[in-house]
Amino acid sequence: MALHKPYQDVPGTTIFDAEQSRKGYWLNQFCMSLMKADNRARFKADERAYLDEWPMTEEQKQAVLARDLNRCIAAGGNIYFLAKLGATHGKSFQQMAGSMTGMSEEEYRDMMVRGGRSVEGNRVMGEDGDAQLHHQPQGHGKGTL
Amino acid sequence: MARITASLYTSHVPAIGAALDQGKTQEPYWQKVFSGYEFGQRWMREHKPDVIFLVFNDHATSFSLEMIPTFAIGTAAEYSIADEGWGPRPVPKVYGHAELAAHIAQSVIQDDFDLTLVNKMDVDHGLTVPLSLLFGQVDAWPCRVIPFAVNGGQYPVPSGRRCFMLGQSIRKAIESFDEPLNVQIWGTGGMSHQLQGPRAGLINKEWDNRFLDRLIADPAGLAEVSHIEYVREAGSEGIELVMWLIARGAMADVAGGPPPKVMHRFYHVPASNTAVGHLILEN
Repeated sequence: MALHKPYQDVPGTTIFDAEQSRKGYWLNQFCMSLMKADNRARFKADERAYLDEWPMTEEQKQAVLARDLNRCIAAGGNIYFLAKLGATHGKSFQQMAGSMTGMSEEEYRDMMVRGGRSVEGNRVMGEDGDAQLHHQPQGHGKGTL
Repeated sequence: MARITASLYTSHVPAIGAALDQGKTQEPYWQKVFSGYEFGQRWMREHKPDVIFLVFNDHATSFSLEMIPTFAIGTAAEYSIADEGWGPRPVPKVYGHAELAAHIAQSVIQDDFDLTLVNKMDVDHGLTVPLSLLFGQVDAWPCRVIPFAVNGGQYPVPSGRRCFMLGQSIRKAIESFDEPLNVQIWGTGGMSHQLQGPRAGLINKEWDNRFLDRLIADPAGLAEVSHIEYVREAGSEGIELVMWLIARGAMADVAGGPPPKVMHRFYHVPASNTAVGHLILEN
């Protein structure tokens, strides 16, 4: 019997459950390796060569090279692991989170200062909030780090 | 005997640590956050505990996907500060209380909570940011800390109900320790925030404030809130708030004592992506 996953109808959200975790194991473990300064230096010197040391899928490698965090998450990435990748590129959590909305850094920061994204219209897929599929992308960002 | 004198609750946003470490506390954006902790810093000087039992989640720091313990208690003598990708925070090393931690582990496991015991763990912003917020920039932390790591990164995290029950068991364990220690229990993380996907940046002030109200006055009712409500209303990472229920479950009123005194309550949006909440309850 399939497990009940009521969180699958939350718009603009991927819950990192055991299934995603299995899918993203090597992608996340690669990110984990970036907690060591030597590895960060090797990765930055030649990203592709460093990625090729890991048994990741080609899609996972392309997502990392493209610095596209939504694509990384779709491929099984977890934000707390991807944060190491962001930090390696000198990005803060705010810059990382913002990149996934399609907003520019400034647009996202301004939204947060105004009190953040409203939950209204963003609880369930099919409503009309700004996180819904038909409102993407939300601003003038490039969608990558 | 050891006593739990108070519980304290706070968000543990990494950018708060960065703002402190980079000397940005006087910038207007950060001043609004730090002003909410001025009372807490004064209060801590007057109510300095011997030990803090600090509930936090490891953010893919000491626990990679190689293993994901749901509840892990630090039983080591000391803990190094983790390099989370931008070098370790310039804060003092954390000293544990191995004897009390071992006592709690034995008591709580015999009370049917299957803890993982951890003797080697680097601690990340989840643990160090709360210490910085309440003690400021110091050369050494003024007390021992028992790190208690809850899985907050891989769904399903433990339920609010389970966390609340665990807090009650931790209370029994601490209060059966023979040394006369003053122990505080801290619940950290939250409040509403989402760090991923097109819904990133979600904040729900109304829900957060209701959470604070209920944490104070109706913790048993609050413990019944389902995972999906946290995700929908407080964002995918807002689910960290279940950890506050561990600290709340350890308060005297839950074991039939008088209600706690609310010493301080603070709420502010934003710190980076997150709604900051902070509460001090005294037994």
